Amino acid sequence: MLSLTIKEVSLALREGRISPTELCRRCLDRIKKTHLNAYISVTEDLALKQAQEAETRLLQGVPKGPLDGIPFAVKDNFCTENIKTTCASRMLRDYTPPYNATVVQKLLDQGAVLVGKTNMDEFAMGAGSTDGAFGPVRNPWSYAAPYRQQTGASPDSDWVIAGGSSGGSAAAVASLTSYLALGSDTGGSTRNPGALCGVVALKPTYGLLSRHGLIPLVNSMDVPGIITRSANDAAIVLGILQGLDRRDSTTIPAPSPLTELPEDFDVKDMCIGIPKEYHAPGLSAQTLAQWSHVADMLERGGARVEQVSLPHTQYSIVCYRVLCHAEVASNMARFDGLQYGMRDYLLLDATSQIRLHPTILSTDALYATTRHEGFNDVVRGRILSGNYFLLKQNYQHYFVKAQKVRRLIANDFKQVFSSGVDMLLTPTTLTDAARYSDFTQEDNQTRSAQEDVFTQPVNIAGLPAVSVPIALSKRGLPIGLQLIGPALQDKRLLSVAQWIEQRVGFPSIKFSPSASGVALICLNKNLIMFTLGTCIFCSCSPIYYFLYSVLVVLSRGFGYS
Amino acid sequence: MCLYFNGSASQKQVFSFAMAHSCFVFLSLHVCSRGFLCLVVPCLDSLCLSASQQLVGVVGLEIHAQINSNTKLFSSSPVCFLAPPNSLVSFFDASLPGTLPVLNRRCVEAAVMTGLALDCTINRKSLFDRKHYFYADLPAGYQITQQRRPIAVDGMLTYSLLGGIKRSQVIKKNVHIKQIQLEQDSGKSLHDDVRSQTLIDLNRAGVGLMELVMEPDMSCGEEAAAAVRELQLILQALGTCQGNMSEGQLRVDANVSVHRPGEPLGIRTEVKNINSVRYLARAIDYEIQRQIDILQRGGTVQNETRAYDAKLGETIPMRDKEGLQDYRFMPEPNLPPLIVFEDNASLPAGIDACQAVVLQKIREGLPELPSVKRDRLVQMYGILPEHSFTLVNEDGLMEYFEAVLKETKAGPRKVTGWVTNELLGQLRQQDMSVAQSLISPLALAELLELQETGHISSSVAKQVFQEMWSSGKTALQIIQEQDLGLISDTAQLHSICQKVVDSHPDEVHAIRNGNKKVLNKLMGLVKKETRGRADPVLLLMRL
Repeated sequence: MLSLTIKEVSLALREGRISPTELCRRCLDRIKKTHLNAYISVTEDLALKQAQEAETRLLQGVPKGPLDGIPFAVKDNFCTENIKTTCASRMLRDYTPPYNATVVQKLLDQGAVLVGKTNMDEFAMGAGSTDGAFGPVRNPWSYAAPYRQQTGASPDSDWVIAGGSSGGSAAAVASLTSYLALGSDTGGSTRNPGALCGVVALKPTYGLLSRHGLIPLVNSMDVPGIITRSANDAAIVLGILQGLDRRDSTTIPAPSPLTELPEDFDVKDMCIGIPKEYHAPGLSAQTLAQWSHVADMLERGGARVEQVSLPHTQYSIVCYRVLCHAEVASNMARFDGLQYGMRDYLLLDATSQIRLHPTILSTDALYATTRHEGFNDVVRGRILSGNYFLLKQNYQHYFVKAQKVRRLIANDFKQVFSSGVDMLLTPTTLTDAARYSDFTQEDNQTRSAQEDVFTQPVNIAGLPAVSVPIALSKRGLPIGLQLIGPALQDKRLLSVAQWIEQRVGFPSIKFSPSASGVALICLNKNLIMFTLGTCIFCSCSPIYYFLYSVLVVLSRGFGYS
Repeated sequence: MCLYFNGSASQKQVFSFAMAHSCFVFLSLHVCSRGFLCLVVPCLDSLCLSASQQLVGVVGLEIHAQINSNTKLFSSSPVCFLAPPNSLVSFFDASLPGTLPVLNRRCVEAAVMTGLALDCTINRKSLFDRKHYFYADLPAGYQITQQRRPIAVDGMLTYSLLGGIKRSQVIKKNVHIKQIQLEQDSGKSLHDDVRSQTLIDLNRAGVGLMELVMEPDMSCGEEAAAAVRELQLILQALGTCQGNMSEGQLRVDANVSVHRPGEPLGIRTEVKNINSVRYLARAIDYEIQRQIDILQRGGTVQNETRAYDAKLGETIPMRDKEGLQDYRFMPEPNLPPLIVFEDNASLPAGIDACQAVVLQKIREGLPELPSVKRDRLVQMYGILPEHSFTLVNEDGLMEYFEAVLKETKAGPRKVTGWVTNELLGQLRQQDMSVAQSLISPLALAELLELQETGHISSSVAKQVFQEMWSSGKTALQIIQEQDLGLISDTAQLHSICQKVVDSHPDEVHAIRNGNKKVLNKLMGLVKKETRGRADPVLLLMRL
């Protein structure tokens, strides 16, 4: 049941094959059993309450929509009313917003059930979900059978990263703890973990989804991202979230109402571009092979596949760095510890009076201490360089120049799309997921520069793009490919994604008995695991649910839960 | 240039715009500013002096005018002066993470209207920028303003001074308006030095401001004061700003320097903390003299910010907050370019006319400006231009004047004399506004009517006016109670005259010898006897 798509589980709920509260409980239990660090906050009580309400509606036969009663997760940089929203930063460690982000509100209005807030890189600055204040996110495929069968080491020593910065959201959907998750995508932060975790990850056209309530990284590039298990699910969610929001002046009206994708979409006579610049150094042979494989598949399906050129793509990383750091410097200025966020400078004295820490002698010192303690090195580094780029003497040289380069990169896409190319097919990442121990050898900036190379130009141009899981690598880890379309062609993009999805047969996740999240808990209880066999969490057979509850009881009995 | 997708192609086009008509603001001088000493004479007015020797002041102004609107510039919080602290603060005003600015159309229209009234070019496309600095009452760490491309540029304010020996000569002056930009106000910090704490009130944070930058076209405090007063009247006429300086709705900073005409401008200082038109003139004149003194002593003027201390009557250096500031301007990425359309016909498809800012509509709604009002008064009522200034420049005085005029047969010139002398004199003495007057227009009209119809003499009328002010009684009551009516009974008048003639035989003798001048003395005596109630015409006949 947990491995179904939204469309399937929605049907199961309506037909009464499972109740929203039961579904919610299973997801919550699964979150507890999988130790991926995918969630920063699990909103158990609220989720059960929402599920109960959904159940009442479903029983009365008046569901709010296709998402009624379906569990979802939200990246911890979207504001959620009365629920902690930390951005994985010490700065907002205990921050509870008084309002919901528009996209969160829209899902809640549909009756979807919020199970928790997902882990990420601090303030979404990173490509591995390894640089947050609450520790790294583990890729669920680290514990799945294919990877475990390839590696002899203990799962604790060779687990792979989830990608980032929305690694928690991708891991949540991939590990079957939620049916959809919101990420944010500024330079690839939704597509990158989507590819590494083997899920569908959509970065919509800039302005199609409201950013109101999304704590910004780069306002002119941020978009809420949608992570699901199928292209059709992404279309359903996009249909709900898209459209004008008067609280975000950069939103645009949806080009058309969108519900589901046509089952029989045909790629015949479409023109698919293969950007030659995307044959980048560091691209793995297996990713390249999958890229060619899908290109051939499209050609066999009747599409015209052409090599195209995006000559300015090579400047994208450096252009992004200047613009991103400048906006970061500006956006982070509000985190001064005065009104919300970290207030470690306050102490209670002997008479229970709130006093400033004795080392704080001025407002400037207060700011400096708060910002030094509250932000990690990555954030502080970007603030520093961003402010440097914005200095009067540097502005023309860096910021203005980067804006011009941005225009050139965007024009590259425009020219390609106006020359008759309908869509571009590219890899999403250079390789499959790196081991955490390898990934952390390099610093954040180097890694981001490497990881964002295929995804970032899309944000610079504001275009829609989707990462589709294609196959498992020889290491047993997902490889994803990216489709890029012209602005507002999100639906068509998802239709092509679905066409590919229907043909590649990407495997659903199967946990190795000795290496699943649950197995981690019960590592010394091999006996139990043997009785359970493989794949207990993605099956909907009643016998497995029975066994599952036995396991829960047993593991509780042993004091491991 | 950032990429936005919510602007259609036509929105992205930029046109330069030439105003179809110009509004010349007529002459103005606030009566308050009478007696201001202009310490430094502009070179054109002092041709007799050696230009190369004479140091003259150069004054430019930066004016922050709070836009008169119900809600803030980028949020729906209400705007209200003196509300309980932090009671008018939206999530955006407090800069909660994830909140975004949403532009208030009313504020844009107010800025456009002000731009049109000041003969500005309205930029069809203007942009918003972030200006960064850390301060406790600036919660976002930046202010949203219009640095690169403001909403209005290149305008002109025409104002006037009264000059000449009797200050009745009208001197017309111009000051260029460099630009008008929309920006957010900051919150307020209250520093408690005793407990070394700062209290922050964010009610004002995010209120819409128009920053008007005036070129350094003025040369002394009196000119600056007259320009600001004229601007104040224009803003109030437009309703785009209430213009009350003491409530901070109009904040004026002066950039002051001195130089010898023909030479480059000197090093300037910025004078802040000026909260009335009167103090503005004093602060500028003080600062000009201070700089001249420094230069004449062989010193150099420091480029600094100074505050005006009204008690001392001096400008004093302000503690420099952060030293040299680099505001690290950058485009505001959450607001698309602001587009102003020429007319409804030029609106692109899909844009609701009610949601758009349309020049034609705003231009048609422009009210009568003070200069036009003064011209109208002079033409309609035949009053002197200098009187029209007083009537227009004093809040509510013109309305008072017209209300009186409607209810009496007394001519406009006469009524003008009454309101600009008696009424205004009384108000000034008591430091009251026209609205606070203890005598209503109707009551004054009644008084004038009594004089006009011959019931009282003009000297008695003035006496009655004073009595009305202090007692609150009507003119008729006072006249009856104190028996101040003109003596129209010829018999009674005759007996009084007879009495005077009888008791002054010498004077009567002189008159009989042909010295007619002595008659005036007798008349004065009769007037004294009747306490001014004798009808002079009747009296002359009797005598």
